Amino acid sequence: MASDSLHREKLPLGIAGIDLHTIERQLPAEEPPALAPNSALRVIGKAVSRLDARAKVTGTARFTADVKLPGMLEACILRSPYPHARVLSIDTTSAEHHPEVRAIHVISRNRGEAQSSGRRAAPGPPTLLYAGAAILAVAATSRNAAEEALKRVTVKYQTLPFVVDMEAARKPGAPLVFDGAVDQAETGGGGGAETGLRQTGNVRGPQTDSPFGGTRGDLDRGFRDAEIVVSGEYRTQVQTHCCLETHCIVADWRTEALTVYISTQDTVGLRDELARDFGLSRNRVRVISDFTGGGFGSKFGAGDYGHAAITLSRKAGAPVRLILDRAEEQVATGNRPMTWQRLRLGAKRDGTLTALSLLSYGSAGVALGAGVGTIAQAMYTCPNFAMQQYDVLMHTSPGCAMRAPGNVQGAFALEQLIDELAEKLKLDPLVLRDRIDASNVRRVERRIGAERFGWASRKAHAAGAHAVKTGFGVAQSFWPGLVQSRAACEVRLLRDGSVEVRSSVQDIGTGIRTVLAQVVAEELGLSAKEVSVRIGDTDFPPGPFSGGSMTTGSITPAARKAAYRVRRRLVAEAARQLGAEPETLVVRDGQIFSSVEPTRGHFFRDIFRHLNREEISAVAHRDADYDGFRMPFADGDGGYARENLGGVQFAEVSVDTETGIVRVRRIIAVHDCGRPINPLQIESQIHGGIVQGLSFALFENRVVDRHSGRMVNTNLEQYKIAGASEVPEIEVILIENYTACSATDAAGVGEPANIATAAAIANAVHDAIGVRITELPMTPSRILATLGNQQSPRLKQ
Amino acid sequence: MNRFEWVETRSPLEAAGLTSATAAEAMTVLEGQPLPRDGSILKAGGIDLLDLMKEELIQPRRLVNLRGVPGLDAITEEGGGQASVGLRLGALVTLEQIAESVEVRKRYAALAEATQASGSPQIRHVATLGGNLLQRPRCWYFRSSFYHCLRKGGNRCYALFGENQYHAIFDNHTCAIVHPSTAATALVALDASIEIMDKTGVRRHARIEEFLVSPDTDVRRENSLKAGEIITAILLPQFPPAFRSAHVKQGEKDAFDWPLADVAVALELDPDHRCRRIAVVLGAAAPVPYRARAAEAILKDSILDEAAAARAAHDALDGATPLAENGYKVPLFEALIRRALMKASGLS
Repeated sequence: MASDSLHREKLPLGIAGIDLHTIERQLPAEEPPALAPNSALRVIGKAVSRLDARAKVTGTARFTADVKLPGMLEACILRSPYPHARVLSIDTTSAEHHPEVRAIHVISRNRGEAQSSGRRAAPGPPTLLYAGAAILAVAATSRNAAEEALKRVTVKYQTLPFVVDMEAARKPGAPLVFDGAVDQAETGGGGGAETGLRQTGNVRGPQTDSPFGGTRGDLDRGFRDAEIVVSGEYRTQVQTHCCLETHCIVADWRTEALTVYISTQDTVGLRDELARDFGLSRNRVRVISDFTGGGFGSKFGAGDYGHAAITLSRKAGAPVRLILDRAEEQVATGNRPMTWQRLRLGAKRDGTLTALSLLSYGSAGVALGAGVGTIAQAMYTCPNFAMQQYDVLMHTSPGCAMRAPGNVQGAFALEQLIDELAEKLKLDPLVLRDRIDASNVRRVERRIGAERFGWASRKAHAAGAHAVKTGFGVAQSFWPGLVQSRAACEVRLLRDGSVEVRSSVQDIGTGIRTVLAQVVAEELGLSAKEVSVRIGDTDFPPGPFSGGSMTTGSITPAARKAAYRVRRRLVAEAARQLGAEPETLVVRDGQIFSSVEPTRGHFFRDIFRHLNREEISAVAHRDADYDGFRMPFADGDGGYARENLGGVQFAEVSVDTETGIVRVRRIIAVHDCGRPINPLQIESQIHGGIVQGLSFALFENRVVDRHSGRMVNTNLEQYKIAGASEVPEIEVILIENYTACSATDAAGVGEPANIATAAAIANAVHDAIGVRITELPMTPSRILATLGNQQSPRLKQ
Repeated sequence: MNRFEWVETRSPLEAAGLTSATAAEAMTVLEGQPLPRDGSILKAGGIDLLDLMKEELIQPRRLVNLRGVPGLDAITEEGGGQASVGLRLGALVTLEQIAESVEVRKRYAALAEATQASGSPQIRHVATLGGNLLQRPRCWYFRSSFYHCLRKGGNRCYALFGENQYHAIFDNHTCAIVHPSTAATALVALDASIEIMDKTGVRRHARIEEFLVSPDTDVRRENSLKAGEIITAILLPQFPPAFRSAHVKQGEKDAFDWPLADVAVALELDPDHRCRRIAVVLGAAAPVPYRARAAEAILKDSILDEAAAARAAHDALDGATPLAENGYKVPLFEALIRRALMKASGLS
């Protein structure tokens, strides 16, 4: 039996098949011993099918919308038809007389918006700052009745001047969204903004610093030293999250406790928020999310709809279900903010970067957090860097974190400019990146990907007279390694020998349920299917939120530690019963074997026969990385890991120069996520990231009517998303990158999978047609215009 | 969505008698007036009707389900037994039936290709040809209850100076919708007729070009069907052996998307490739399928080769009046017209 003092372990470090070796580290007490590389393991690193696949495919998985409680009411929300209006009066008399109506709630504060710094909101209905802002909610005995009741509500509005165009919002004299300075706290998945920045009109900022270097060196000198300078301006559009499952909640307020079933990325954060906002202690709030149908950053917090449903439940004394429809989902649950960026890059003739400046304006509508991320400041080695990132407020719905906030937009700009530099230097884009990218992981990924892709066969573009041109492109991803230390997990071995894992962590579709089973199964000598995983419930030990590619890296070390402690106690008990030394016992195939009698197994339940206990269980927490965090988070709940996440994607596209149609033919994606736990699920998540990135590159676009300020494409017919026909051949290559930093060395891949795609496609389009598309999405209109092939008499009103 | 009564019917005559309004009539009200809620509306596949009801753009009291009416879901030869005089497509024939029909593919390729390119497999198995012709426009202003546009009885077109990237480039001075039916583009090129029965059992026929209504005639409807009438069939004329047709569609996406532009070409070529008959029709270009007369004039009685196709395609766009956001449609149509001509003539 291991002693409880510090112990030294030789941990695997490096990339499997490339430079794998070991490093000795001193581990804290109670840490499990080093985990061998995946090739030596039975369950971890293997392609295990999702434990809940059958339930999901057959429809037996219970999502929030499937929850039905006795006496449950249905609620819906009245929303602002105007982008900027003062509510003069609300008359609910007629709605109250509707025989099926049980409660009405006037919403007093819109969540998701930036808040005036240090000033209390005036009492009464808030000024409505975007079309779709919530005004009031009704609960009735049926959805139909609730909708009828909403029609009976009379609201008198005073419409106010508005601005829904980012350039117009920046101008002096533009209608103001807020009449003073505002702030917005960060959410789990990103979003929000640095506090206390300067604000002039609708423009707030600049942000100049960040944990990733930020402004540094001497920019002027860097440009003076440059032998070549390239620059560019780039625009990206608003993308909506389009989770398959819209936001929904079932709120059950009772005198003893509040229970909330909700589609969320953060059960614990939600519990804490509700406890605070409704004046309850945390032990009287329970949040449950058995399954969450997609979450890309918009499912943090309870939002207007959640608070409304809970309030209605309290008023009506009955459970209330509130399901947003697709149009509400499009206008009122967040989006990826639009951006404008100007980059200027100086370099030596050999490619060495000497200076890089970034100026950006982004708009998250009435929210903050429209920056362009950490790509420009952190991907490549550049001693002289300066950035100014501004937020622009305007009367559109609040943006929020969305899959790799800022970095998708940032990569679209930087990776095109790096390619432009390579072109000017007459260097292959991969050769230039080899010279300026210090990441060994990405170096390996470039080499593997280029070989697999056939990069060497890249042809000169615009060859031949055929209308359809093809091109190759590459782009890279950077995402900080992030860890939540608020990540706990319980493992229970029950008297009948069955095993259960419990944590409040929620599975938003990535497969953490299966990953937890694998980690525990590996430690206890079981198969993943033999481990029952109970998650998504705040009655269990507090797990991490799901965002920022943090879930797997945060929770799996806790799970392994808990399983290890259970095993150790089981083995100790078995040793006692068998009169053996614990070191002579091994656990495999659900049995305990002694080296003395290697063919005679003792089932777990056999050990309990002589043990007067119902279970052996242990709760473990994540703690910091073995080598410490590079920098802890300000709230102390985790930190920045020393190792960041890379990823390189190669794209082949075709561009029809007569119709302007771009099609992606194939993508090769080479990614790292520390120690891969389940390659099947990782591959699936990377597929998702690529399709979402492709869709962002070519199709998705929130269209706001310039005259009314309303989004006009609020359904999934007119808001276009890549479908099966647009999905290219995708090949994922995973590298195993051991970092010797935790009990599992695992990391996430959700954001890296999405960062490089649009940039790789843009670089491939340039390779095909010889001109750069600097604005997204790359529609036929934009392609034809860029090719100088468009007749566009721009009519002015 | 409002509550409604569901009525099954077994005959076209009964169905015609049960309706009180066309969808267009049931959606048209003066500014500030509530939508009528007493209407009785015909439902075939229901694809478009359900969309309109979900958006609360139409609130019928009663739906008359046509799917149980026998005899309207078949593709048959006109003229019975003897030499065919054309093909008869029952109004309830689904888009999938048409796309899969050997006869349609052989004799009216443009229609098979147009239906094959519509919607998704799920939609094509439910959507009927009659319903497809009668569906309302997809303009996002028209489809939103926030905008009481000309077509719904209001007094302005919001698209003309609004967000109009998907709108018309011809005949767009009043209302800038594009006709929503891709099949209609092909049917105009194929000179199809619509067979209509009224509630007294009287049948009438209308050539499709006359059946479809432009905004200049009446901005509140896309066709001339009247309340109490029902489409029973779409008739395709018999063409000589040298007749060929083709349809090309370009959506932003390759499936489950509306066309940015689509073109149907029908022609008859002499052995020396001289064009004896020619129809060039543009879909998603105008409020009704747009007959590119300028292109037809160039090609009629001329040799159709690559150069002629290019010239015709170029001239077809003469007179286009693109709006602020849809100028790209001009070169797009030019490319598609050329490709459709090459495809129909077998040159490509």
